[in-house]
Amino acid sequence: MSLQKEELEYLTKKIGRQPNDTERHIVAAEWSEHCSYKSSKIHLKMLPNKGARVIHEKGYDSGVLDVGDGYVVTVHIESHNHPSAVEPYGGAATGVGGVIRDILSAGTRPIALLDGLRFGDITKDSHARWLFKNAVTGIADYGNCLGIPTVGGEVEFDKCYSNYALVDVASVGFGKKERLIKNQAKAGDVVVLMGGSTGRDGIGGAQFASDSLETEDRSAVQIPDPFIEKLIIEATLEARNEGLIKAIKDLGGGGLSCAISETADAMGVGIELDVNQVHTREPNMKPAEIMTSESQERMLVITDKKRLPKLQKICKKFRVSCSVIGKVTGDKIMKVKDSKSVLASMPAEIVANAPLLNRPSKEPSYLKQLQNKKEPTSPKDLSKTILSLLFSPNIASKIWVYGQYDHEVGIRTVVKPGSDAAVLRLDNGKYLSVKIDGNPKHCYLDPKNGAMGCFEEACRNVVCTGAEPIGMVDHLQFGNPENPEIFWTFLESLKGITEFCKHFEIPCVGGKVSLYNETPHGPIKPTPLIGVLGLIEKTPLKPQKVMPGDALILVGTTKDELGGSEYYEHIHDFIGGKAPKINLTESKKNMDAVLSIIQSGQVRAAHDCAKGGLAIAISELCMTSQIGCAVSMDKVPQQKLDSAKILFSESHSRYLLVVEKSKLDSVLSSLRKKNITHSQIGSFQGNEIIFSNKKNQVAKLRVDKAHEKWFNSLRELVLHA
Amino acid sequence: MFFNRCYWLWFNNRATYNGIVKVGVIVFPGSNCDRDMFHVLQDVFKLDVKYYWHEDKLPKNLDAVVLPGGFSYGDRLRAGVIAAHSPVISDVKKMAEKGMPVLGVCNGFQILVESELLPGVLLKNTSLNFMCQWTELIVKNNKTPFTSKFKLGQKIPIPIANGEGRYYIDKENLEKLKKNNQIVFQYGSNINDSVFDIAGICNKEGNVVGMMPHPERAVEPEINPKDCAPSNMIFQSLIATVGARK
Repeated sequence: MSLQKEELEYLTKKIGRQPNDTERHIVAAEWSEHCSYKSSKIHLKMLPNKGARVIHEKGYDSGVLDVGDGYVVTVHIESHNHPSAVEPYGGAATGVGGVIRDILSAGTRPIALLDGLRFGDITKDSHARWLFKNAVTGIADYGNCLGIPTVGGEVEFDKCYSNYALVDVASVGFGKKERLIKNQAKAGDVVVLMGGSTGRDGIGGAQFASDSLETEDRSAVQIPDPFIEKLIIEATLEARNEGLIKAIKDLGGGGLSCAISETADAMGVGIELDVNQVHTREPNMKPAEIMTSESQERMLVITDKKRLPKLQKICKKFRVSCSVIGKVTGDKIMKVKDSKSVLASMPAEIVANAPLLNRPSKEPSYLKQLQNKKEPTSPKDLSKTILSLLFSPNIASKIWVYGQYDHEVGIRTVVKPGSDAAVLRLDNGKYLSVKIDGNPKHCYLDPKNGAMGCFEEACRNVVCTGAEPIGMVDHLQFGNPENPEIFWTFLESLKGITEFCKHFEIPCVGGKVSLYNETPHGPIKPTPLIGVLGLIEKTPLKPQKVMPGDALILVGTTKDELGGSEYYEHIHDFIGGKAPKINLTESKKNMDAVLSIIQSGQVRAAHDCAKGGLAIAISELCMTSQIGCAVSMDKVPQQKLDSAKILFSESHSRYLLVVEKSKLDSVLSSLRKKNITHSQIGSFQGNEIIFSNKKNQVAKLRVDKAHEKWFNSLRELVLHA
Repeated sequence: MFFNRCYWLWFNNRATYNGIVKVGVIVFPGSNCDRDMFHVLQDVFKLDVKYYWHEDKLPKNLDAVVLPGGFSYGDRLRAGVIAAHSPVISDVKKMAEKGMPVLGVCNGFQILVESELLPGVLLKNTSLNFMCQWTELIVKNNKTPFTSKFKLGQKIPIPIANGEGRYYIDKENLEKLKKNNQIVFQYGSNINDSVFDIAGICNKEGNVVGMMPHPERAVEPEINPKDCAPSNMIFQSLIATVGARK
């Protein structure tokens, strides 16, 4: 947890002398992988980040998108993996806290949270169950207390996360464009630290997160206090309304070291601060501890002398501690003092910009071998296979999770959790659709197409609510980047995301890279996570009850792409084969057509076809509406596949549309006109889902029975396993 | 906010009472449904609404007070217990004694119980988890300012969102509640092991009502997946009651 030899030499050369002890601690925190992105930064530049709606301001930690009528939406995504793997309750809770403060820093109110959670195999691994249970409670206790609805997310279990946890949190903010904080300061302005006291928790957290998890260093995990966070949100927004904030930054990884150096560097000024003025939780903290503590619920605010009393009054109203810890200077130097003596003095630009690395990469040898592995043969009883997938933890209803999250507070949640994407109403009469998606099983076999697939899946989900994707955030989670094979998977994923962004003209407005995600059994599977924001100008497609006689249309081609499918991995315990690929032309064509049909109001329900394939997507539609469906598999547009492959292939660019009879002709003809691969594959009726292939019945399940187990199996597993 | 979407509601409600009902929404540190309640009262029902911070004095001319949901003081010690000792509560008590309608929702209910304006306690849910779901209420008392427009036994689809929402009262006092007609809402099914499925109660006089479910989350058709007319009647009852008094 200290500077590398070459980094120390670089620093010495840059500042023209040997750095002292405090300086080394400050720079080590800021130059950690977690804060500096030193392995990834040169590559991240390939992501397109411009667009008509994108607003760029210096020093923002969140992406800002203009949604019209003088309003903006902000978005950010982060993870708290290492801390959550050690202490799931506190780790997950503080993960929520951190991302919310990034939204707040732009001057917007956080209005929604989404969580992506990944753990080991909870059917067998009691430790994974413990991690899962406590991470969910941590998120619930934190988000609920703040009154920010947790409206969506995903939960996945995979052996590759044994003894580990991925806890990703995305947050969305909303506000008026004119109230965005511009982050400008000049010499003489006052630097204020607002919020919780600085303690010894979370010291070295950024470095801890930048190493493989070999020691369970609990002191590096921060302690959550949602009540203080709530007060900070209200105090900050009140100060924003009164125009008291010239610049603001949240204290996250790297603590004060990171916040001070990055703020000074972004604004092109210097900051001088006195560690003795920082309100601490315990006595006798060393300056280096104060500078690198990652105690939560703290904000760095820059105001001027004239407005300081007003800011202090607001802090007093909310009983939020607020210390004047320093001032802005004109010399671009980050200076740390201890009342009289100077402890550290370095150019902010040097501290904030670690020397970047161009790490070597190499295609992993496992890839070809896995792709060419002999694929398993079909089981005889496909009804049983479908049921066992429906009850598997990855596919079963996640109601046990989202039922613990307050997803209604804020009274914006139009489409609630449990559907494809969540939809929130905005004050200008428009709607925002949000979704996050990841798929490590696909990414492990094909990092590039896998990442593109996650991107498309998130888009498909927002499109199914009638929204047009307007921006994305990515969270790239991989193992140790010093391993060229792992680094290759990182680069491939990044290339895939970039291609997708460009083809669809969706700007990347923010993101995060989390490396060194290693478990005792090796690296995690590549886990890029994509969050997509979609905008609905008029009416969202809310979940409606499917009625008897409604037709089922499948858009897209079902291909021989079962590698990384739930069917192979859960049923056959088989890792290998060809993972689904994305054909960008076909992908965009299908998406545009489906969106325009949904927007024309001709569709009763739309659902994307993803995990578990067609069989699961159709079952989900039926279970939600408690209605059966007769499906003719021979009508599925496909490439000469056997029944099991048609049912369980996870090919992308596929959508299910439910259309009432009277509108069927019009929908079919518009699909034909647009030259979209599609077929009417079934109709809804009765209380059984029947799959038949050329008149032979292939599988049959009762909707009520399937629903009962699908709905309850995760809860049963968590509580009674 | 949401003006156009609320127009029809506004029009319907306005017809009930043409004067302007003055309502205070009390905000404690940690309240988080205060803005939702404010929006509903002001934008949906067109009332004259003001926020009052927990240290404020309440003006004498208020027609009603609402204690919104949230986590006052982060639910420390016990939900609602610290807020119950806020300066504003002594004003609420004085005004309640004079018969002013007071509604406590969720954490507001917990605060009313902790400040002894209402009997009983709210315990941690038996699941030990926070519960956020839609449920159904049955109106058991239509003599309060918040239920006067309901028929007895009428059903209300409404969401709950709480971690400490299990109402408890001992047998002897439960009998008193029943005798005095203080049970206002019951859950349609046993969702959290509350005594006698109690979801909301009132004081003996009937003017102070506390309920765990969130009516402010159920009055707008856009976010209510079921039927928002019944929840609307909670607020329409208040408007009618205040109107009748003026």
